[in-house]
Amino acid sequence: MISAYVKDKIAKAIFWISGMTIILTLFAILGYVAVKGIGAMSLEFLLEIPRAAGREGGIFPAILGTLYLTAIALLFAAPIGVGAAIYLTEFTKEGRITNIIRLWVDTLNAVPSIVFGLFGFALFVFYLRDYTGGVSILSGGLTLGFMILPTVIRTSEVAIKTVPKSDKEGSYALGATKLYTVRKVILPSALPGIVTGLILGLGRAAGETAPIIFTAAVLNPILPTSIFDPTMALTTHLYTLTSEGISERNAFGTALVLIIMILILNYTARFLDNYLSRNLKR
Amino acid sequence: MSENKIEVKDLNLWYNENHALKNITVDIRSNKVTALIGPSGCGKTTFIRTLNRMNDLIDNVKISGKVFLDGKNIYDPDVDVVSLRKRVGMVFQKPNPFPMTIYDNVAYGPKAHGIKNGLKEIVEKSLKSAALWDEVKDRLDKPALDLSGGQQQRLCIARTLAVKPEVILFDEPCSALDPISTAKVEELINELKKNYTIVIVTHNMQQAARVSDFTGFFLLGKLVEFGKTKDIFERPKERATEDYITGRFG
Repeated sequence: MISAYVKDKIAKAIFWISGMTIILTLFAILGYVAVKGIGAMSLEFLLEIPRAAGREGGIFPAILGTLYLTAIALLFAAPIGVGAAIYLTEFTKEGRITNIIRLWVDTLNAVPSIVFGLFGFALFVFYLRDYTGGVSILSGGLTLGFMILPTVIRTSEVAIKTVPKSDKEGSYALGATKLYTVRKVILPSALPGIVTGLILGLGRAAGETAPIIFTAAVLNPILPTSIFDPTMALTTHLYTLTSEGISERNAFGTALVLIIMILILNYTARFLDNYLSRNLKR
Repeated sequence: MSENKIEVKDLNLWYNENHALKNITVDIRSNKVTALIGPSGCGKTTFIRTLNRMNDLIDNVKISGKVFLDGKNIYDPDVDVVSLRKRVGMVFQKPNPFPMTIYDNVAYGPKAHGIKNGLKEIVEKSLKSAALWDEVKDRLDKPALDLSGGQQQRLCIARTLAVKPEVILFDEPCSALDPISTAKVEELINELKKNYTIVIVTHNMQQAARVSDFTGFFLLGKLVEFGKTKDIFERPKERATEDYITGRFG
């Protein structure tokens, strides 16, 4: 017979191992990329265009391209995603239609990113090329936007649902309309959660390769002049550097830059969450 | 003005299959305080929420019967819920100030109705009427959630007064408050009945006896007895009322 005390100790050890595994994995990946990539890091690497197919020079156009692409994705996914979440939570009764929408949102979330790439290629690059410029920042950004839409809808929905019912009732009891209540009571309270969801979605968009391979990315080191131009991106650049065996050092350098960008996004999310909820404490 | 502000006729309400209000017929007098008492789950809160159609917000509620406000049935299809709730304000069981400043809480209703001028005066007047002005006049820009529970509830009353309602519904307004805060709110209700018609749901029979002119006793979704508060407490006609008031159940 094992005593309760020993049982607890064993359980604690098992959970400790689980927790440590996460930390170790993260450190292993970050550490490995950092060690291999730090050699490539320099001001020149960050601020210059690639030369000799990426063997020399920097990755500035790729950094810029990734920023542009995620910005377009955000501009597309934020209003539609938050709007859909508001509709699902506030403007309709729970029932068949909301269930169908939720099921489809979840299914959309499960669609592999390469399929989004194919979809973006067919819709934006081909069908709508007169409006998107074919392979372009706009096409790639919209494709990424579609991809992160389910994340944005679901996180916004969760954030909106945490707004206390008593706050909403208070507003309705004063004769406020639904729209006014959404604008003045629900959105301000839900904003921290919504913003966190958006930024985490952005991190995903920044790290994706498949959706932009056919829709936005090019290999030649050009600086885009408008959203109708194609662009380099960090992930596709990394892919080329590695698959063509061009430069391991620069590949890891690129990976390091990408990871740092995503870490900055995640910490921004955390900071904004705290900042925006400072007045909501109860 | 007619003597009755609100006339309820044959009101029935179902939550899904649950028949929560049964054939309620009652008149609410103008500028009087009407208290509704009864054990938990008897329908008194459900009833009060039919008077400003707050039950509209809940799915699967079915209502039959009529509620006349100044002679107009508020369940007629042409009635605008927004302007109804402007006329019939509500104070809830748990103080529920918005997570904004004290000023913005009181100005919320008027702003929602498009009022832009004279907000400052409205806020001051409402806070004074709710007997809260002296305690908060120097910190109107501070978060309302920093106030004590009793102050928060008076803020919610001020917030309701700011939209200039005709009727105020109080849904167990003191159940989350300490005795001193409760006394303040009761005093306030006494003061407010000069200008408003008041309906108050309460668990507390002493409170009903202290603040109200009329009392209704609810049991299992029925309005068992209704009359002058004095009569209800001193000479109840129904056995159930007497049992409840004397504490034999409930």
